[in-house]
Amino acid sequence: MTYKRQTDRLPIVPADAKEHNVTCHYCIVGCGYKAYTWPINKQGGYGAKSNKFGVDLSKQQEAETAAWYAPSMYNIVKQNGQDVQLVIKPDVNCVVNSGLGSIRGARMAENHTSQQRNTQLQRLTDPMVWRYGSMQPTNWDDALDLVARVTTAVINEQGEDGLFVSMFDHGGSAGGYENTWGTGKLYFGAMKIKNVRIHNRPAYNSEVHATRDMGVGELNNCYEDAELADTIVAIGTNPLETQTNYFLNHWIPNLRGTSLDKKKKEFPGEAVEPGRIVIIDPRRTVTIAACEAEAGKDKVLHLALESGTDLVLFNAFLTYIADKGWIDKAFIAASTLPAGQATALLPRPGGTLADQPLTDFASALAANRTSIEHAAKITGLKAEDIVKAAHWIAEPKAGGKRRRAMFGYEKGIIWGNDNYRTNGAIVNLALATGNVGRPGGGVVRLGGHQEGYSRPSDAHVGRPAAYVDKLLIEGRGGIHHIWACDHYKTTLNAFKLKQIYKRRTDMVKDAMSTVPWGDRKAMVDAIMVAIRQGGLFSVDVDIVPSQIGQASHVWLPAAISGEMNLTSMNGERRMRLTERYMDPPGNAMPDCLIAARLANAVERVLREQGKSAYADQFKGFDWKTEEDAFMDGYHKHEKGGTNVTYARLKTMGNNGFQEPATGFANGRIVGTKRLYSDGKFSTKDGKAFFMATPWRGLQAPGKAEQKAKYKFLVNNGRTNVIWQNAFMDQNNDFVMDRMPYPFIEMNPDDMKELGLAAGDLVEVHNDAGSTQAMAQPAPSAKRNQTFMLFGFPTGVQGNVVNAGVNELIIPNYKQTWADIRKIASASETTKRLSFKSAEYRAG
Amino acid sequence: MKRCERMVDAGRRRFLSGAGVAAAGAAAATMLPAKADAAPTPARVNYPSNRLANVSQLKLNEPVDVAYPDKDAPGVLIKLGARVPGGVGPNGDIVGFSTVCPHKGFPLSYSKEDKTLSCPGHYGRYDCEKGGQQIWGHATQNLAQYALRIDAKGDIYAEGVDELLYGRLSNVL
Repeated sequence: MTYKRQTDRLPIVPADAKEHNVTCHYCIVGCGYKAYTWPINKQGGYGAKSNKFGVDLSKQQEAETAAWYAPSMYNIVKQNGQDVQLVIKPDVNCVVNSGLGSIRGARMAENHTSQQRNTQLQRLTDPMVWRYGSMQPTNWDDALDLVARVTTAVINEQGEDGLFVSMFDHGGSAGGYENTWGTGKLYFGAMKIKNVRIHNRPAYNSEVHATRDMGVGELNNCYEDAELADTIVAIGTNPLETQTNYFLNHWIPNLRGTSLDKKKKEFPGEAVEPGRIVIIDPRRTVTIAACEAEAGKDKVLHLALESGTDLVLFNAFLTYIADKGWIDKAFIAASTLPAGQATALLPRPGGTLADQPLTDFASALAANRTSIEHAAKITGLKAEDIVKAAHWIAEPKAGGKRRRAMFGYEKGIIWGNDNYRTNGAIVNLALATGNVGRPGGGVVRLGGHQEGYSRPSDAHVGRPAAYVDKLLIEGRGGIHHIWACDHYKTTLNAFKLKQIYKRRTDMVKDAMSTVPWGDRKAMVDAIMVAIRQGGLFSVDVDIVPSQIGQASHVWLPAAISGEMNLTSMNGERRMRLTERYMDPPGNAMPDCLIAARLANAVERVLREQGKSAYADQFKGFDWKTEEDAFMDGYHKHEKGGTNVTYARLKTMGNNGFQEPATGFANGRIVGTKRLYSDGKFSTKDGKAFFMATPWRGLQAPGKAEQKAKYKFLVNNGRTNVIWQNAFMDQNNDFVMDRMPYPFIEMNPDDMKELGLAAGDLVEVHNDAGSTQAMAQPAPSAKRNQTFMLFGFPTGVQGNVVNAGVNELIIPNYKQTWADIRKIASASETTKRLSFKSAEYRAG
Repeated sequence: MKRCERMVDAGRRRFLSGAGVAAAGAAAATMLPAKADAAPTPARVNYPSNRLANVSQLKLNEPVDVAYPDKDAPGVLIKLGARVPGGVGPNGDIVGFSTVCPHKGFPLSYSKEDKTLSCPGHYGRYDCEKGGQQIWGHATQNLAQYALRIDAKGDIYAEGVDELLYGRLSNVL
């Protein structure tokens, strides 16, 4: 039987409940929520005057009511040491989501720690250390002392390059401006750590170097542009599942035609009609089904191309559009590099001298020239569909007006073949058609996490950045600090990495087990002996025991958004403050304060060692609160930051402002709706570059060979119900009932050939490694093309992704090929699942 | 013990003679604990046992509109033709579900083709053969299913639901 809560009623939020601003801490969209808290022994009533909503709750409420919350939106938590009741529900007044809640965000309350209601008791409450053969609790001073002593001992022997760091760089959950600054000031300010990587890729680098090199910041438009565009071009993205309420609240109105009035008002004298959408994705997703249901099939064009061939398609679009004369000549002349100056350019940072892709329009067009027929051959698409898409993107509208196209791309491109050139080829199209900085346009990544980056310069890391996983596998480094990253679940070549990482950290564990805990000097000495022999000391800062944490020697417990004040920005640069509405579990602390206390401990140990000059570099970490870190970081260092304080953000509520802030007037922070609306880009002279992006096949090492050797494409990505690698959801009954194992969507005929039934467990295997998944029939899947859930704890897709990366160390998760065989028939946990089609069809 | 009593007495005296008393006699009266009668309330709502239909009215895979636990809570009865979780009747194939989407309260529609309920609001889908499991969607709960009973005459009664219904903070209003 499927999971049911058997909740027949919920406590009612009383009229005098405390109200707190909350931005959902999960995906990039950053939906507005309100957290209400009130004492455990009080409750509101059904009468309008006795509840927060001022509504007669003895009556059935209508659809989309603000006066209802689901059981997942309720919990009992601690606030200033007292038990309080908590409701976190979507905010109808937030312009991002207008009251919509996603299946992830609407479980925020349920996914908080509650002793009383047994939720998220997996959360770490105290520092834990490897003692007597298992992880045991200790206090902060003890744990930080050990970490500081081993860290300095490794640096003394190996220099700062012996300290490896994995750290988040994003906003929202396990991130935010406070925490990126806290960790950044430690590793890039006090130290200059070079062997550093991010949670989802094996190096410290941008996911979108190309657009930045061209002078176009990747989050340049606003969510309203999706309502205003004539055509949305969605590339390698499945926004209904991964940017849910952006899609529902801003794309769908355009496709339905309900944003027509807005278009008329914004574009007087211009022909407007309901939006069209071109979706470029090898797989048919629920996004496509929803678009067809809303816009009609004639306004939805799904280009289901051969995996990894996107670049050819964009080059063909550019060629066709230029040859038709549908480019924006005035924009190109005013805002991009003038012709003839390209030869004066420096090579792309990190590239060879001959590698000079940044150029002017004419040179880029010449380099990228691709015929429709050639593109059709490589992509497997019909020539007429490519032409149709080009028309939808750029054919002038009635009256000769420029067509407004918005280009949104995400992991299909970012984790796809030839990241750099493909990203550049998309931006080429947007620049050529004048679709940057203008209403209804934009060339944007759609995003994963929210953003919240504030750190000292990372220039010392270099470009290309160090391939950290490779170095770890080679036995380099003596100590590894991990901040909210679980590489066991979310990296490439994971099968190999886990084997080596376990071996190296086990060496240190065994050494630690030979020494009494209370003899700190003997303990550090024993650890260092093991490190000299190839061992690795691992410190894991996280909110729960992670999979990589099983190998660690120290766990430091962190707080999450809502247990601390936290600032982030969303995919339209909308910055908000989530107010602290509850206590962190036990002795957990915000990451920024953990970084500060670690810096304090390192400074103290260095002074003991007589290294006062080095110790001085660790000054400036006297923060008492996350607000101190915010004022030291964002407020002082980020563009427009001096206009931004917690008090002002609180006033700005769940709508916040769009970064960068440009001033403070009439009690409001003044923001920036779109970047580049003045036609000046992020280059020295404000002129954007085009890019030479010729097609070069499967670019990352080993991909073409893998494709030739193995039968099935193992495309991979996210699904609606799971946030990230399920670090919270693995402890959520509703989710784990639905998704006990990662699914792998397969064509039913392929399943038949392999003797598979729905829910059977299969092994996915190739020469990089092996993993498991449950077979999910997908009639829309092409033969030999599968799609597996990424980063899931009970079956890690990264196990079968080879080590091949692009020239800037961007992983290529999407182009993976493997063989598949049956492990076991459907178990009791998978038999009860529904394997019916997820696609909505208008009745 | 004596010491404690004295402290209590001291506190009481301070309260009665303190600076605040003059402010309002009424305030003092409300601050003194008034003795209220504590009335017991049941821990769960009392679901009505409502006759929704008779088995003779059900045709295979033809949804019958019903309402439970009151007229403002629409639902369906369906005879699915095969034994399913929560199913009643001789073949264990009669089920009842709320038809209000637990995501945002839009009305669900039944598809005979694959025995699912779908939401036109935001494309959620629920499987009637799997206890109302959300196949895909935004709701943070599966679809509320009725606890059904069939009497000797073939009358079908609903006597409870297993999830909170959308738009009400008590399943029984």
